[in-house]
Amino acid sequence: MQPILSIKNLSKTYASGLSALAEVDLDIARGEIFALLGPNGAGKSTLINIICGIVTPSTGTVTVDGHDIQRDYRAARAMIGLVPQELTTDAFETVRKTVSFSRGLFGLPKNPDHIERVLRDLSLWEKRDSRMMQLSGGMKRRVLIAKALAHEPRVLFLDEPTAGVDVELRQDMWRLVRRLREQGVTVILTTHYIEEAEEMADRVGVIRRGRIILVEEKAELMRKLGRKQLTLHLQTQLSELPESLAERGLELTGGGRELVYTYDSQGERTGITRLLNDLASSGIAFSDLQTRQSSLEDIFVDLVRERA
Amino acid sequence: MAMNWPAVRAIYVFEMSRFLRTATQSILAPVISTSLYFVVFGAAIGSRMTMVDGVPYGLFIVPGLMMLSLLTQSITNASFGIYFPRFAGTIYEILSAPVSPVEVVLGFVGAAASKSILIGLIILATAALFVPLRIDHPVWMLAFLFLTAVTFSLFGFVIGLWADGFEKLQLVPLLIITPLTFLGGSFYAIEMLPPFWYTVSLLNPVVYLISGFRWAFFGQADVAIGVSLAMTLLFLTLCLAAVTYIFRTGYRLKS
Ligand SMILES: Nc1ncnc2c1ncn2[C@@H]1O[C@H](COP(=O)(O)OP(=O)(O)OP(=O)(O)O)[C@@H](O)[C@H]1O
Ligand SMILES: [Mg+2]
Repeated sequence: MQPILSIKNLSKTYASGLSALAEVDLDIARGEIFALLGPNGAGKSTLINIICGIVTPSTGTVTVDGHDIQRDYRAARAMIGLVPQELTTDAFETVRKTVSFSRGLFGLPKNPDHIERVLRDLSLWEKRDSRMMQLSGGMKRRVLIAKALAHEPRVLFLDEPTAGVDVELRQDMWRLVRRLREQGVTVILTTHYIEEAEEMADRVGVIRRGRIILVEEKAELMRKLGRKQLTLHLQTQLSELPESLAERGLELTGGGRELVYTYDSQGERTGITRLLNDLASSGIAFSDLQTRQSSLEDIFVDLVRERA
Repeated sequence: MAMNWPAVRAIYVFEMSRFLRTATQSILAPVISTSLYFVVFGAAIGSRMTMVDGVPYGLFIVPGLMMLSLLTQSITNASFGIYFPRFAGTIYEILSAPVSPVEVVLGFVGAAASKSILIGLIILATAALFVPLRIDHPVWMLAFLFLTAVTFSLFGFVIGLWADGFEKLQLVPLLIITPLTFLGGSFYAIEMLPPFWYTVSLLNPVVYLISGFRWAFFGQADVAIGVSLAMTLLFLTLCLAAVTYIFRTGYRLKS
């Protein structure tokens, strides 16, 4: 199936001469949830802002459901909803008016029922007649999401939707994203909270210094790059590893009271049995053990570091 | 693709509601300042200078008074209208909507022009309390009112796009428009000036606006009505060209 969003050879050099994006190629499948990860200044917002028409690209093309974002901007933009990173609102407007305004901008006739549904979904209905300046930051964030959903977009961009947001709102947001996915809406989000990508995304892209360095199914990524660690809590303190156990990828930590064994979770032979046998024959006893699978966060940190 | 009228309407209504939120101030201010002008110019000076070109002085200044407010209000409203979303960042929404430059301009400039036409009419009504009005060519009067409001709202829109601080927004009305209007014959006929200053005045574009407007009221003017109309249309075209250029290049709107 044709991707809903297709980015080809996209580059952006700002007037200051700063190159924020370089030769980005990316396809987003219809209905998927795509998480774009990257450190501060990597170019995430630049990429989103180009697609949405706020920043002009230097080279390259973007099509949304086959519509070029420059030549056929009306059709392309009509499909897109954007929740920007910055909280910018019209202080004096009421919640309901500002959300209806967004719908009007997208050329749609008034639809109070739809607006009410969106406001209720985001727990904003009680606040419908409050002015924006009377709302808390989290509430304003909800209003920005409501504005982006006012015209029933098919593709939703969430640029760091959960920055500075409490746990409850974050979970509301996740619920909302899942519901949107059920309706077939494609969601592209950027985040610094990797747990968010881990929780929600189907695919993950990592961007660094304006280049996409990796795009992978989340499950595949975690399988491929994920490592497992076995930690053994020793009964007696060790000053150093016995010779028989050296060169095993073993690490002595916790003041000589912990042995950490890192292994590849994909491997057929993890080497655990052999390790435990060797420990027994060396007379090393342990009181407890635990295993831990590396999170997407660990993978991400590794990736960004590796290619530094 | 057809025009996105709901968007034009949304922007227009948004801008007008900003105006109506401060309705008392928006309406009271021109009423008070007009009354003051009448007290100062009409009563104090008018008592010594009873007639200009066969028109009582109090009545003579009505077109100039309207023009003065029309120009400053159009520029201030339109420049603030587009500058503020740029400053606050809410412009992102307009940039990312399926809205063409023409529609953006129609919404913002339409609202700014509506406001200043409204204020012009309020001034006219206020003036009617002080002097018996006389309007020889009411249709032309409305046409000039409309053309001037649109032209200077466009001009204000350009300033609002160009400005990168609130000071610059104030600068043009304060340093250029107000002096040009005062020196453009709002309160006197430029023929009353010595020949040298008369010639200098002809370089002032506002002279043509006020002159045309005054012709609509009293059937007489400093310069021929055709020239006034041509100058107004010329300025309108210049402003349209500037706006078109800005949107073509994305100047100060997109990075
Ligand atoms: N309007 C602009 N003019 C010049 N440089 C810019 C502009 N906007 C962004 N940049 C630069 O482009 C680079 C990418 O910025 P961008 O906002 O896309 O990063 P980001 O990945 O969204 O970062 P963050 O996680 O902090 O939001 C940064 O170095 C930034 O300073
Ligand atoms: Mg960003």
